[in-house]
Amino acid sequence: MVAGGGASVIEVRELTRRFGQFTAVDGISFDVSEGEVFAFLGPNGAGKSTTINMLCTLAHPTAGQVTVAGFDVAARPKAVRRNIGLVFQDQTLDEQLTAQENLRFHAVLYRVPSGEVDERIARVLELVDLSDRRYDLVSEFSGGMARRLEIARALMHVPRVLFLDEPTLGLDPQTRALMWEDVLRLREESNVTVFLTTHYMDEAEYADRIAIIDHGRIVALDTPVALKAAIGADTVELGTTDDAAAIAALERAGYRVEAVAGGARVFVENGENAVAALIETAGVPVLNVHVHRPTLDDVFLHYTGREIREAHAEAIPARVRAWHGRRR
Amino acid sequence: MSSAPLPSKIADGSDTVLRDEVRTTGMVWLRELIRFERTRTRILSGLIQPVLFLVVMGYGMSGLVGTTAGFDFKKFMFPGIMAMSVVTTAIFSGMSIVWDREFGFLREMLVAPTSRASLALGKTAGGASVAAAQGTIMLVLAPLIGVHLTAVLVLEIIGLELLMAIAMTAFGVFVATHIERMEGFQVVMQMLLFPMIFLSGALFPLNSLPGWLTVLTRINPLTYAVAPLRQVVFAAQNMPAAARHRFPATVELFGHTLSIGTEIAIVVVFAGIFIALAIRGFSRTE
Repeated sequence: MVAGGGASVIEVRELTRRFGQFTAVDGISFDVSEGEVFAFLGPNGAGKSTTINMLCTLAHPTAGQVTVAGFDVAARPKAVRRNIGLVFQDQTLDEQLTAQENLRFHAVLYRVPSGEVDERIARVLELVDLSDRRYDLVSEFSGGMARRLEIARALMHVPRVLFLDEPTLGLDPQTRALMWEDVLRLREESNVTVFLTTHYMDEAEYADRIAIIDHGRIVALDTPVALKAAIGADTVELGTTDDAAAIAALERAGYRVEAVAGGARVFVENGENAVAALIETAGVPVLNVHVHRPTLDDVFLHYTGREIREAHAEAIPARVRAWHGRRR
Repeated sequence: MSSAPLPSKIADGSDTVLRDEVRTTGMVWLRELIRFERTRTRILSGLIQPVLFLVVMGYGMSGLVGTTAGFDFKKFMFPGIMAMSVVTTAIFSGMSIVWDREFGFLREMLVAPTSRASLALGKTAGGASVAAAQGTIMLVLAPLIGVHLTAVLVLEIIGLELLMAIAMTAFGVFVATHIERMEGFQVVMQMLLFPMIFLSGALFPLNSLPGWLTVLTRINPLTYAVAPLRQVVFAAQNMPAAARHRFPATVELFGHTLSIGTEIAIVVVFAGIFIALAIRGFSRTE
């Protein structure tokens, strides 16, 4: 599952960050391989932002070690920054400049050799499908286009790792999907490692591996498929005319069953394929059937004890508003 | 890997190369020029205030002060108004960092693997160029006021404007790095910029002020920037001795009349201090 499967490009060992008495990040360790898309998933205040900031050299670890692209973040911050691309939650473009001028500014600050700048500009704009907007002012861009331009800019200096902090925050679903196409394509074409934080479950699905972080600790770390498999099989809920009889019959047949409000819940390997057999085994008329396959929401709930939507419910609207307010 | 090969200098982690830092400074400078050129309304609105001062105050005061040997108050004010235009634009440009912060672009600069000094110097150079340009545009008003221009005088004016612009843009950068919010900007303008301009000799002669005001004018860096500008402009005019006496252009300090060289040296020292403060402020900004 792990794309690239090469050497580690990010190595994190016992990383800790304290603010006074409060421990925001509590001794986490993990590796990210070259070419991997790695997602950090967690509720607000779980330590996501603090961690990504330390990896990007924007915050100092209290303890522990981090190497990015072979450089220690504490000892060689500039070397690390030269090898990473950053896209923040809030926009950091100069809207009074054109797309090309924004990219050129970045190229100079990140020391792209003068002779290569024009070629790189053409290349990164092509990657995010903005070639035809090269000479347009950023103030004329939509929110989604501006975001894609920021990704293009982060790729100007050929970084080995691209850090995306909540990259699709405030974008409409269609634009989000487009942006993901971009991210996956550029991973395909340039083999860049992508490290992102998100609170959208459907986005985390795109990742090769997901780390779920809660209270400053990594509570689970695996591929989306493995994470879902680990919390259990599919469930089928049957509503019948006589639930007690159905449960008894199913248990006799060797199924793992529990009584729930309105019927029987059966745990099976593959819910959809088991439906016919279950109806027959139940032996009483079945009124309704509901098949449930574990989602990342269930995984998240399992490991953190709460739904990600409620965990984020308060924080997100405010931030989305700020983003939109800034755009227009 | 289908992308272009890693540029070698990026891959290797060498930390500071002077040529790259100079390139960074140049790029930050260029951005200021592009933005200046692109916001024509700002250039125009930057002209309105000084023109208002020149026309309203100049004509009003000329009636009061009268004409001495063919020389009136408008001509006295003209170099001061140019200086006012330069200083206002310079401080605004330096403080545009507050806007950069508000719109996020400051972060793009601060996280770059470059020295903060290069960024501060580029911002100062860019703002100073813009401010000097804005002041030089004022020269189109010279014929209206009756101020005679020569090629040498124009070059002298541009040089002096650049010097004061560098000092005041650096000052603006320094102040901006200590301001977190937009509200602070207004306060600084009210508390610093206007008193500095009023106590610089830009708008009236400084020689017959009460003692405490005299002290304030002499610790004001702008005083030493305005005087040379007026001196070079006056030197190019056909001014009778009576007019020179009526409209003094020099600054006295501890009973001595300062030479233009001394005044320029004082401004250079202030510029150096402000640039150092600007770099320090920028380096500490998060």
